[in-house]
Amino acid sequence: MQEVTTEKKEFVPNIVAFCCNWCSYAGADLAGSSRLSYPANVKIIRVPCSCRVNPSFILKAYQQGADGVILCGCHPGDCHYVTGNYYARRRMSLLFSFLNYMGIEKERTRVEWVSAAEGQRFSAVMNDFVKTVTALGENRKLTDLRVKEGE
Amino acid sequence: MKDVEMKMLERAKALLGSGEVARVIGWKKGEFYFDPVPASFESVEELSDFVYNGFCGANLSKYLIQMSKKEGKTAIFLKPCDSYSFNQLVKEHRIVRENIHVIAIECQGKLDIEKIKAQGVSAVTEVEEDGDTVKVSSLYGETTLNKEDILLVKCATCKSKTHQAKDEEIVLHEMPESKNNRFDEVEKLEAMTETERFAFWKLQLQKCIRCNACRNVCPACSCIKCVFDNPASGIAAKANDSEFEEKLFHIIRAFHVAGRCTDCGECSRVCPQNIPLHLLNRKFIKDIDGLYGEYQAGETAEGKTPLTSYTEGDKEPNDVVDGEAK
Ligand code: SF4
Ligand code: SF4
Ligand code: SF4
Repeated sequence: MQEVTTEKKEFVPNIVAFCCNWCSYAGADLAGSSRLSYPANVKIIRVPCSCRVNPSFILKAYQQGADGVILCGCHPGDCHYVTGNYYARRRMSLLFSFLNYMGIEKERTRVEWVSAAEGQRFSAVMNDFVKTVTALGENRKLTDLRVKEGE
Repeated sequence: MKDVEMKMLERAKALLGSGEVARVIGWKKGEFYFDPVPASFESVEELSDFVYNGFCGANLSKYLIQMSKKEGKTAIFLKPCDSYSFNQLVKEHRIVRENIHVIAIECQGKLDIEKIKAQGVSAVTEVEEDGDTVKVSSLYGETTLNKEDILLVKCATCKSKTHQAKDEEIVLHEMPESKNNRFDEVEKLEAMTETERFAFWKLQLQKCIRCNACRNVCPACSCIKCVFDNPASGIAAKANDSEFEEKLFHIIRAFHVAGRCTDCGECSRVCPQNIPLHLLNRKFIKDIDGLYGEYQAGETAEGKTPLTSYTEGDKEPNDVVDGEAK
């Protein structure tokens, strides 16, 4: 009998971050130019406004192999389009509660408000989120097996 | 119920006969007693097939999207629950209110043929409702069943017996309100563990054959171009082929009607796989009530809706669980 060795690779989560063009994306830029680090496994997708993100974007990200999805926008009251993030906030509240209702880990999806001046905060938020998702482990409940490698 | 049917037929005849309306939307006899089908009657002669009985659960309001745009007035029979959908359609500018004559009709709760079959009664030929019991005649004889046991899910937890829109009314008897709370089942699920809930929904949703009946019947699903008909959605009108697609379809469908779903119950009624879709819609309704104040879609044809408005003090998504900030 051949011995089976299960060599565990360290789990590095795939994170998708939807960042609004006016605040959070600029915040990420500032983090970069200030040489603040955030994990390389955070993949940023720039959107015009946090309210541009509809629930299927988030689900699609999971389908394509994300282990965590974070949505970043301007702080409430600071939206470039005045009210976009207020609508996003309601939608995401309902979506998060709904995902939890379907038995999907709530902590995998998150909303954070990050302004263009908050490079520091951007880096802290991302580091913290990566830590949370790493602790949760791989996304298995909202995944499409056809998209996963090696399964 | 017979007297209500007679009165309805009489009105339909009068309206069509006088030319006041060009068509009447109601139900006509189906293959069997228990499967009346929605129909548009355009002449007094056509009314020979007219029927209104305990199996007229179908919500007719969605037909108005097309019918109210035709030449001439359209009369329609609406049960109390259907009248909510009607208002919602008016609110969303999907139907032309001026072209419609609403006849609000009596409803004592509609019956679920599957539940009757489950009680061992098949080949139903007629039912006679009498308060809390129903006398069911079939090819094999007569049985008396408890009405509560054979009601459609939506009727067992009927939200209101008050019509929210009407131009005239045919209500001949008192319509008692349901004593059941429509959120009981949702609360049961909320009380389960995450793992249990996941298992519950996995079991339910894997039954879905993507027939799209739940979408097609829904008065809130009235988009001219539905996202699920977009071939690039990856889930365009086809059988789900992974567990992910089952969830994607159901999460998105329920989310798209959030704040607009009147809880008319049609989706659960038509699902051939008996998936409790109302438990998805009601979750959104319950959360909206908890987070943004009680809101019943379709109660009026005007006013703000929870997902197209906001307050500065709204709860943060990360903190929200089951309609409260934890
Ligand atoms: S009606 Fe039922 S089986 Fe058909 S698509 Fe909807 S949930 Fe699936
Ligand atoms: S989702 Fe179901 S209950 Fe809600 S409006 Fe549509 S058919 Fe009616
Ligand atoms: S599923 Fe969504 S896009 Fe499709 S008809 Fe319903 S609301 Fe419209």
